Amino acid sequence: MSQQKDTTDNTTCTQERLCRDCLTFLDPHNDTQKTAGIPECLHRRILQHPELSQLSIAHVDCDAFYATVEKRDNPALTHTPLIIGGGGQRGVVSTACYVARMNGVHSAMPMYKARKLCPDAVIIPPDMKKYSKVSKEIRAIMRALTPLVEPLSIDEAFMDFSGTERLHGQNAAWLLANMAKEIEDKIGITVSIGLAPNKFLAKIASDMDKPRGFTVVGNSEKKDFLATLPITKIYGIGKKTAARMQKDGLSMISQVQQMEASTLAKRYGEIGLRLHQLALGDDHRPIKSARKTKSISSETTFNHDLYKLEDLEKLLWQLAENVSRDLKAKEMAGKTITLKLKTNSHRIITRSRTIDQPTQLAETLFEISRDMLKHLINGTPYRLIGIGISQFGSLADADTPDLIEPNRTKKAEIERAMDQLRGKFGNSSIKKGRSMK
Amino acid sequence: MQVTIERNALLKTLGHVQSVVERRNTIPILSNVMIEAEGDRVALTATDLDISIVENTSASVSQAGSTTVSAHTLFDIVRKLPDGSEVNLTLEDGDRLVVTAGRSRFTLACLDREDFPIMSEGDLPHRFALASEELKRLIDKARFAISTEETRYYLNGIYLHVAEHDGNSSLRAVATDGHRLAQVEQELPGGASSMPGIIIPRKTVGEVRKLLDEIEGNVNIALSDTKIRFSFEGATIISKLIDGTFPDYSRVIPQGNDKMLEMDCRLFAESVDRVSTISSDKTRSVKISLGADILTLSVNSPDSGTAREELSASYGADEFDIGFNSRYLLDILAQIESESVQILLADPSAPTVLKDLMDEAVLYVLMPMRV
Repeated sequence: MSQQKDTTDNTTCTQERLCRDCLTFLDPHNDTQKTAGIPECLHRRILQHPELSQLSIAHVDCDAFYATVEKRDNPALTHTPLIIGGGGQRGVVSTACYVARMNGVHSAMPMYKARKLCPDAVIIPPDMKKYSKVSKEIRAIMRALTPLVEPLSIDEAFMDFSGTERLHGQNAAWLLANMAKEIEDKIGITVSIGLAPNKFLAKIASDMDKPRGFTVVGNSEKKDFLATLPITKIYGIGKKTAARMQKDGLSMISQVQQMEASTLAKRYGEIGLRLHQLALGDDHRPIKSARKTKSISSETTFNHDLYKLEDLEKLLWQLAENVSRDLKAKEMAGKTITLKLKTNSHRIITRSRTIDQPTQLAETLFEISRDMLKHLINGTPYRLIGIGISQFGSLADADTPDLIEPNRTKKAEIERAMDQLRGKFGNSSIKKGRSMK
Repeated sequence: MQVTIERNALLKTLGHVQSVVERRNTIPILSNVMIEAEGDRVALTATDLDISIVENTSASVSQAGSTTVSAHTLFDIVRKLPDGSEVNLTLEDGDRLVVTAGRSRFTLACLDREDFPIMSEGDLPHRFALASEELKRLIDKARFAISTEETRYYLNGIYLHVAEHDGNSSLRAVATDGHRLAQVEQELPGGASSMPGIIIPRKTVGEVRKLLDEIEGNVNIALSDTKIRFSFEGATIISKLIDGTFPDYSRVIPQGNDKMLEMDCRLFAESVDRVSTISSDKTRSVKISLGADILTLSVNSPDSGTAREELSASYGADEFDIGFNSRYLLDILAQIESESVQILLADPSAPTVLKDLMDEAVLYVLMPMRV
């Protein structure tokens, strides 16, 4: 009911100035206004923008997600530098908390380097189960506001609020500020928000004022806003394209803005055209709530390089089981199996094979990827191995009994029986001998 | 080298040999066709190192010689030349082939004929002949069941061997991909009785089958346990065999299927084809509900809808439902020549046998699907 009252109040002033703490719209022409909203609020975090009430595309990003969750669960760590990541010799930083980031630690950095930069940091291995549970809670809060939530990863999502204002009686800016508060109060972690006319701008905006940020970029200023940024901020420009563009003397978005679309297209092909649009702040990609899974994969990096089949296939079996578990959980089956290896000189080798009926069985994934692996055993030391599956088909066609090799059928039956036992008694209740070796 | 060949004859011969050439080659000369002119003939040879094909065509040779040029390019040129024209091939300076016909003139880069790999056939001790029609039948009734799965490379071909039953021997061709199996046999030709069981690769089967459509008469077959040669009138194919062991398929052919279903084969195929319109790209299963002298075919696709059709049949055993992959079913029905098809069933999860009432020497086994 109080929300209803707010709306009536708010309609009297233009909705261009919002206090993120008391969630009240303030008079944009009166900077010293203290009377509106909750009296004790100091209006320390004000959001002001002439297009505030017209924008509806948001990007929401959790602040140092894994680290924040761990700090929430162990308040003793609140002020300690905290790094989440693998602890082994080749571990990398998944997430560094903001204290650790002040020492120069960032994600994807090798752990030994992070330790050097920040010797007093506490290092915790990631607990994906926990993070995924928190992620689901956050997503539930998002979906209560709009059905158009497009998750990008475990800790970020796009939201489209078009047309929700009539339903909620509030505009997107208010709903987002309220949502950020709710996530803080109920879940105990903080988020940063970007509100803009499209996905591209929203994603850049959310990154501008982390943590606990809320940045608005409107249509009127998008070009000037982008002009100050380096081209690497453009989604889809990786290291290679950036290096190519740098060679051509392009490093800032402002330079791209001044070029003709046709010149860019000639030079960089299709991506050149898209570059031109994005540089001007135009992005017409819609927000898709259900992103279809196109592939499922699992990979692992070793502590020491491996080159023997028997060492690699042991890991391959675990990966096959991981992928198979995911497939079974999602009730999917795929036809193309891809094996990925990374050599000690960081060269990536992939091999894939398509089978004539989709599968979700670890046995089949293992058998086929092992066959591909056999051909790649030649003394080369490898540091990483992975399996992926794609080209999903119907479950009805998957893993039908084999006519010619009854062993295959039997193996499939054993695997299904094992899955049932696991369903009843837990994942570690039964294992194949080969995983014990 | 200088020769003149009638365009249609050249096109036909090139058409046969160029399909052996892979589109992408790491060894450049494998993209080429070898042209050898001598006497009153031109011989064209192509190979992918697993198969080699040589075909002769009559030509007027004014200067004998040989060279190699890109097979696909030469084929495309000849294909586009007008019907009935005379094509002149002249080797200039040993490294350029000039192709002229009417007012057209092409110059093609050549590679040295000495570098063209010649496949050795070795000793081929087992020799027999099959009539074109006989070989065609063996191939057609089996090839659709060949597996494409690389992991089981030994299923990537037709298993040709001598089968013994009741003291009689026959020549039998079997192919399977683990979902269906096709078995076809014929009288054992003289000279074949001591041949080893061999697996003829899918690509070779395809190339041989193509020649069978155009060259009549007997095909002379010679083989060892690693190679096979098919000699046609004017053309020869030599191929490596698949180095593997074909699984013991005989134990998967059910002997005790006692529920007999018989119906009009064409009507059945048409019904299956109609109801499977509904099945999405992803799933292809068709459910068959067996009732007393009536079949109900149905397809249920969560994406596009449902289909149902009834069909009269002769059936008197237990009523139950069984599912098949509609494409596999249609592949088999297309090979059945009798008016009626006989289907022998056991239960919804057991391999099912399909028989041609006109031809006792063929047999198909199909694995059901869960429905």
